[in-house]
Formats: sequence, C-alpha cells, structure tokens
Amino acid sequence: MFQKKYSRSEKEPQENATSSLPDIVFMLLFFFMVATVMKENEPLVKISPPEASESKKLEDRSLVRHIFIGPPQNRVLGDQPRLQLNDAFASINDVRPYIEEQRPQMPEVLQEKMIVSLKVDQATQMQMVTDVKQELKKASARKINYASTPGNDRP
Amino acid sequence: MADIAFLLLVFFLVTTTVDTELGLMRLLPFGEDSGVVHERNVLEVLVNADNELLVEDQKITIEELRQLAKTFIQNAEDRADLPLRVEKDIPLLGPIMVSKQVISLQNHGRTSYKTYVAVQNELAAAYHELRDDLSKRYFNQSYDALVSSKAKAKVAAIRAVYPQRISEAEPYTQ
Repeated sequence: MFQKKYSRSEKEPQENATSSLPDIVFMLLFFFMVATVMKENEPLVKISPPEASESKKLEDRSLVRHIFIGPPQNRVLGDQPRLQLNDAFASINDVRPYIEEQRPQMPEVLQEKMIVSLKVDQATQMQMVTDVKQELKKASARKINYASTPGNDRP
Repeated sequence: MADIAFLLLVFFLVTTTVDTELGLMRLLPFGEDSGVVHERNVLEVLVNADNELLVEDQKITIEELRQLAKTFIQNAEDRADLPLRVEKDIPLLGPIMVSKQVISLQNHGRTSYKTYVAVQNELAAAYHELRDDLSKRYFNQSYDALVSSKAKAKVAAIRAVYPQRISEAEPYTQ
C-alpha cells in the first residue's frame, strides 16, 4: 500500500543512495582502531633488556607470564631495582603465590607448559634474579625466558 | 575517498607492530642435584662479582668463550680431559659420536645481568653453530632453515647429537 502510494506520488529513485556507505564504514573502522587500547601491563619499572644475538621468538603468548625487575620509573622511589608482578610492586615472597594464582587460569593441559618471562633491566645484579629463579623452582615453574633484544653487534 | 581510506588502512597495518617477545629460553633444574657427573664431562663457567669470566679456573674474555665451548662440546680429537664420547645410532644420521657434555654456569650475586645474559648467549651460540655445521654436512641446509621448514625428524636428530645442556648452578657467595 505504502509503496504504491510512494512511487506514484514521487518521481525520485526508490532506494537510498549507498555510495557513501563505505566511507562511513571506514570512518567507523578507523574510529575503533584509534580508540581501542589493548590491555597491557603498565610498567612501573624501567627495563632496557640486554642484547643477545641468539634471541628466539616465543611462539605462544598465551603461555607466557611476566616478571619485571628494574629500577622504578618514579624517581621518588629511588634507583634500586624492584620487582613488579601484574600492575604492582611486589616482594620476593609474592612470586610463588603469583605463579600459583596464574596457573589455574590456564587450561589444564597447558599448565605444565607455562613459560615465565623474566624482563630484567641489564644493570640489575644477579642476586635478585637468582632469588626469583629459586622461587620459581619452588613453584615448579621451570620454563623460563630471559627477555632480550637481538642486537646487531655480531653476525 | 575509498582509495584514501584503503591507503590509510594499509599505512596503519604496516606501521603497527605487535611487540614480539624475544629471549633466551632455559629450563631450570630440579631442586637437588640429580646424579653425579664425571669431571671431564663438565665445563665449569663462572662469572664473578667483577663480571670476569673464568672457565675451568682460567680467566678468559667473552669473545673466546664460544670457540672454547665448541671445542669442549665436540671433543673432536678425543682428548682425555674433554667429555667422553660414545657412538650412538641416531635415525637419519646413522652411527655418530656423541659427547656427554654438560656446561655448568655459575655466577656471583653481584654479577651484572647484562654479563650473565651475554655469557648465556655465547653458550647458546656455540651449540647453534655446531648444529648448523652438522645440518649443512648431512642435510645441505642450515639449521635455521630446518627449523623453519618444520622438518621435525631432522631437527630432532641434530639436537640429539648436540643437546643443549646448560646447567644453571646455585650461585656462590663469598
């Protein structure tokens, strides 16, 4: 009924103009691309990773959990290296609970494959790294990764 | 308009990098020492508090480490002070001499992380170069090419000849 009436009374084309539709879609796409912020660990510590030409890519990022060690970003907190788990400073005693809390969040079959990536500033002394490694051993998280950059010093 | 949009899209696609995780993967040992290893089979690498490198109590530079580790791992001349070699029958390679090498890496609490990773890197490079040589000799392909082409059996065979055994010993304190 309505259509009949419409077409009879008007001489304009029956369909809306769609030529600008792609532009609108693209505009939306860009808007979302720019507006989306991926959830990331806010680094509280400054980390400049050491160079290692043998650096390998970690294939499956869902298996990786991070531990950060480095001097705090906020200079008020001094320049001694601190430990960061998730989004907060932590002490060495928090490492084991952290691992034990992260593990159940993974599917059972993958829990044994968990990789702990140590993101450590290159100026850090080994004592702290060793302490963390001991804690990881106790938590039986034995696969670790020393985060590094490939560098370009040697072929 | 659509062309400009595509251009922008491609530009963003190219410039956006998902930061990839890079690093040296290691497996921590179990809590206590498992079994006794003969002294000749162990290369003791020690990094002291002043970031100096001592291999079997001899001070060396980090540049020398790679070659030294390669000599140790291979023991091509069958020296009595280097690891024992036994003949193993490895699929795809046939009978081949495999050494019972272990590299023990020890550090001090005041060793810098940078030096520690540099040493780890040199040791990894030593294994990598040996594997590469072997891969070229038997399969006419670099080891990296084997890994990236997912030739799992060949990669496993090469790893069986040169298994990466870097033991991270407890640090010493003095």
